[in-house]
Amino acid sequence: MSQSPDGTAPAKPAAGRAGLRKELPEHFKAYKHVWVFIEYEHGVVHPVSFELLGEGRKLADALGVELAGVLLGGERDALIAAARTCFQYGADLAYLVANPVLTHYRNETYTAAMTRLVDTYKPEVLLLGATTLGRDLAGSVATTLLTGLTADCTALAIDGERSLAATRPTFGGSLLCTIHTLNYRPQMATIRPRVMAMPAPQAGRTGRIVEHALDMPEEDVVTKVLRFLPDRESNKAQLAYADIVVAGGLGLKSEANVGLVKALADALGGEYGGSRPLVQKGWIGGDRQIGQTGKTIRPKLYIAAGISGAIQHRVGVEGADLIVAINTDANAPIFDFAHVGIVADAVELLPALTGAFRRHLSINRIAS
Amino acid sequence: MTEDRFDAIVVGAGPSGNAAAYTMAKSGLKVLQLERGEYPGSKNVQGAILYADAVEKVIPDFREDAPLERHVIEQRLWMMNEASHTGIHYRSDDFNEERPNRYTIIRAQFDKWFSRKVREAGAVVLCETTVTELVRGGRGEVIGVRTDRDGGCVLADVVVLADGVNGLVGQRAGLRTELEPDTVALAVKEMHFLPREVIDARFNLKGDEGAVIEAMGTVTDGMVGTAFLYTNRESISVGIGCLVSDFAQSQTTPYQLLERFKRHPSIGPLLAGSEVKEYAAHLIPEGGYKAVPEICGDGWVVVGDSGHFVNAIHREGSNLAMTTGRIAGETVARLKRSGAACTRANLAEYRASLDASFVMKDLRKYKDVPRFLDRTRQVFGLYPHLINQASQTWFRVDGVDKRTKEREILASFRKSRSLGGLIGDAIKLARAWR
Amino acid sequence: MHIVVCIKQVPDSAQIRVHPVTNTIMRQGVPTIINPFDLFALEEALRLRDRFGGEVTVLTMGPPMAEDSLRKALTFGADRAVLLTDRCFAGSDTLATSYALAAAICKIGETWGVPDFVFTGKQTIDGDTAQVGPGIAKRLGLNQLTYVSRIVEVEPSSGRLLVQRRAEGGVQELESRLPALITMLEGTNDIRRGSLDDALRAARAEIVTWNAAAAGIADLSPCGLRGSPTVVKSVFAPKPRAEKAEQIATAGTAPDEVADAAVAEIFRRLPGLEAELLS
Ligand SMILES: Cc1cc2nc3c(=O)[nH]c(=O)nc-3n(C[C@H](O)[C@H](O)[C@H](O)COP(=O)(O)OP(=O)(O)OC[C@H]3O[C@@H](n4cnc5c(N)ncnc54)[C@H](O)[C@@H]3O)c2cc1C
Ligand SMILES: Cc1cc2nc3c(=O)[nH]c(=O)nc-3n(C[C@H](O)[C@H](O)[C@H](O)COP(=O)(O)OP(=O)(O)OC[C@H]3O[C@@H](n4cnc5c(N)ncnc54)[C@H](O)[C@@H]3O)c2cc1C
Ligand SMILES: Nc1ncnc2c1ncn2[C@@H]1O[C@H](COP(=O)(O)O)[C@@H](O)[C@H]1O
Repeated sequence: MSQSPDGTAPAKPAAGRAGLRKELPEHFKAYKHVWVFIEYEHGVVHPVSFELLGEGRKLADALGVELAGVLLGGERDALIAAARTCFQYGADLAYLVANPVLTHYRNETYTAAMTRLVDTYKPEVLLLGATTLGRDLAGSVATTLLTGLTADCTALAIDGERSLAATRPTFGGSLLCTIHTLNYRPQMATIRPRVMAMPAPQAGRTGRIVEHALDMPEEDVVTKVLRFLPDRESNKAQLAYADIVVAGGLGLKSEANVGLVKALADALGGEYGGSRPLVQKGWIGGDRQIGQTGKTIRPKLYIAAGISGAIQHRVGVEGADLIVAINTDANAPIFDFAHVGIVADAVELLPALTGAFRRHLSINRIAS
Repeated sequence: MTEDRFDAIVVGAGPSGNAAAYTMAKSGLKVLQLERGEYPGSKNVQGAILYADAVEKVIPDFREDAPLERHVIEQRLWMMNEASHTGIHYRSDDFNEERPNRYTIIRAQFDKWFSRKVREAGAVVLCETTVTELVRGGRGEVIGVRTDRDGGCVLADVVVLADGVNGLVGQRAGLRTELEPDTVALAVKEMHFLPREVIDARFNLKGDEGAVIEAMGTVTDGMVGTAFLYTNRESISVGIGCLVSDFAQSQTTPYQLLERFKRHPSIGPLLAGSEVKEYAAHLIPEGGYKAVPEICGDGWVVVGDSGHFVNAIHREGSNLAMTTGRIAGETVARLKRSGAACTRANLAEYRASLDASFVMKDLRKYKDVPRFLDRTRQVFGLYPHLINQASQTWFRVDGVDKRTKEREILASFRKSRSLGGLIGDAIKLARAWR
Repeated sequence: MHIVVCIKQVPDSAQIRVHPVTNTIMRQGVPTIINPFDLFALEEALRLRDRFGGEVTVLTMGPPMAEDSLRKALTFGADRAVLLTDRCFAGSDTLATSYALAAAICKIGETWGVPDFVFTGKQTIDGDTAQVGPGIAKRLGLNQLTYVSRIVEVEPSSGRLLVQRRAEGGVQELESRLPALITMLEGTNDIRRGSLDDALRAARAEIVTWNAAAAGIADLSPCGLRGSPTVVKSVFAPKPRAEKAEQIATAGTAPDEVADAAVAEIFRRLPGLEAELLS
């Protein structure tokens, strides 16, 4: 990702330089296989890791190489169990580093473990989820290895020259750019959660486990994790994974009307969220923001009430199966990408919708 | 209060304030300029016409690095009714001269550039700092300003009020009265972005050539006002403005008028496919000569829009702003050099210089026009309508002989307005114009 | 205590337009701002300075006009500003950017004292990578603390540091040591408004301007385009969806009727949904 001081570079394809491609340096030729960093914390694998295994599988097949998951953690048995799950999601093998210093995520220990694995086993592609953990780790690993890292990708492919083509939004989503890491290995990328489809697990699929030791005593580690305070509202993190999301925008007009959005979400057993201005006004929490700088969602049903549909919002919701938009302005940009449009006052329609769903479902519940 | 003391404080970093600050700083004065916007021009998002002459007198070689959009080679004046316009176009290759006379600019960029020049000339420029009031000395003379920042008083020998049309600082200090709704127009404006090639093709332009349309007629719904369209490099500024007092009486909003103007069949195709950004509303002082307030006193002078220096008929504002700013700056610098205090009596030199310049001469020439327009509403509805109808009758070939057509046209005028009325309007206009 | 804050001047991306034909950015009239995320870092740094004494140095790598953002940082109360500007930095990706900034921070350390803290924003709104902070930390061997929501304790004498950082699904409380690099989470504070004296000082301040040589960068190969492993191969606009939303008729219809029609349409388009909701 170009980061030129004047910020213009992403807009200008560096065609001249891309054409300059030299032969891959000899020492990089040994780099083979596609790796996915498996984000394993508090006993669970972050779903983004499975999404990446699904995507990594395709890349590995295109390259004709193996797909590996990388698992770092404190308890060997738990890692092995997680590795087995990874096989079901498409991994051929798993690299496993178990050491008490890896019990909780810390940049220092994870960077050390990760870079040593890369130096030893030499992958050509390394993918991480663009979560807080993944981004914290990826930056350090790439800088340690002095290789390229493409952040926050939304599409991956292998081009004719066996090079990873990583596509990501730029300029707030107004444009997309495709970035390559030429002449350096591994080619690293972080990918947003919920951008890649979740693959279906294949029961009975297995793979090899390669264990690697990390020689790192706790005394040598500077940073200590004192506590982990899980989010009180445990469903906060669920927004990205909810099947039904109802969101509001400035068209709601007042903080009180956010309640109408919540009520509809509750009636549908879904989650609620909103556009960025609502966060800025303090009407909803930051982790409920949907869009470019908020969450990407991929629900079955997305209902947007009083949201204009700016590009920064659009990029976060386009993966939804069905987008229903309520807006008073028939020309609002949201109607350009919603599937169903309702030109109406959201403040009136939201309660009506909540009522209609309730009615409909209770009638059918009685009927069935 | 800060320890710092300045020779002059300039309130506002629009064209008038910048011209004043630049002129004084160049003459070696210690100048502080205060602007409430995030950066100079941030409150002036619109595109506009820049008159080279007034800038040249402040910064002779401005063409070298000022952000100019296009130089104007074509001027269109349109009389519009619902479906048509009849107009005068003046286009000349002579305007493709080495030192073009008029440019379109984007204020946000131009003001920023101008402000950089002010800083390079040695003035201290503070943005995001609002002047809340004037500080007075024992004799009531102005000795400085108070700002909205902590520790916010600064003193100076003279305060130049370049705070724009609202002139709130002067008003609060009782130096001038409130704005009268019938002396200010409310203008709304939008920027329509289009690729450069599209603009070139639609207006028949090449290189940095630009075109300007100024329009009046039924688009203002009978209100006193005009609409305009300027071509920038990759955008078109479109706007419309009418007297605040007229808006107050009518049921229409400025936004509705602008929408109507943009949809007019003569305008719509010029804007088709554009992306709209930056909707902005701003006041324009249009009272002319008679609305100019007291412009100097003990320790203060007023320049630019704050002093109502706008020639509404010719749509000139920034040039009067820069000229008044420059002349005020020169006056203060001269007083300073000769060791004279900035008293009302000494600053009267400023008023005298203005009287001798085009600023006051033009304002005086048109001093009766605002009243004429106010009393002769036909100009904004009936006449454009009649003229367009006449054009149509004249240009439509339908087997009717030309003499009959002439008669039809005359009759249509007569029917709508008595001969006396027509002649009367013409005389009134001629008088106001004198 | 010496604190370095890295800020970047960015185009206000809310106002960016894309040329419909050539797909290039139309930057005309797009104002530049300090990357909003960096203001949270700057304010946190200023608070630390106010508490423990010392100085805040703001640093940016960018074109000469990036000076505006540094001057603005000074009006907020930063003590010193360094502009790192050189043609050889053009086209830097995050790896090359962190190389140049790390070198400049070393030079800042030699000149005005080794920093105890380096702050960066969480991410920029143009690059949007969140990689430059970690890159600098790695290159300078600083303890890396990203997404910090609160600095709980600092003991300058012992170098002990206690912070809370946003992690997946919760907040981590970490104990670490100075010198550290912190990337601040947004919404954690509000940037202050400098006093009139701050503003006057900022307007007159000399911005320290370094090219590569002045920043002590002898080896230029890791800089700019040459030192950037990533290459932008193509830029294109997102594909517009072919068809627009199908509108549910609302004219003259009561909200309840519209809602019923909408519910029916939703269940028609998502056949499995109704059963799921009922179960
Ligand atoms: C760097 C950057 C990142 C950003 N990231 C994000 C992001 O992640 N997520 C995000 O959402 N935004 C983001 N934005 C902001 C984005 O550009 C838009 O400003 C924002 O999405 C607009 O929010 P909105 O639709 O709620 O408000 P508006 O654009 O003001 O739209 C309100 C809409 O409500 C309609 N309306 C009004 N009244 C009613 C009513 N009674 N009933 C129904 N409809 C009504 C209006 O017609 C209008 O379409 C970002 C911007 C920048 C610059
Ligand atoms: C829609 C529109 C189109 C126009 N088109 C043209 C045109 O094409 N050509 C032309 O020549 N003229 C045009 N004009 C007129 C022209 O814009 C003005 O005459 C000119 O800007 C006046 O300059 P000024 O410096 O007096 O005031 P302004 O440009 O208004 O500047 C005043 C400055 O003072 C600042 N300020 C105000 N109060 C305070 C305070 N208390 N403390 C600190 N700062 C303060 C403001 O933020 C502002 O930046 C147009 C006007 C409008 C509204
Ligand atoms: N050119 C630069 N100059 C100074 N700081 C920068 C620059 N680029 C990035 N940064 C800092 O690094 C952070 C992360 O940037 P990014 O990796 O681009 O998202 C920003 O918030 C800044 O604090």
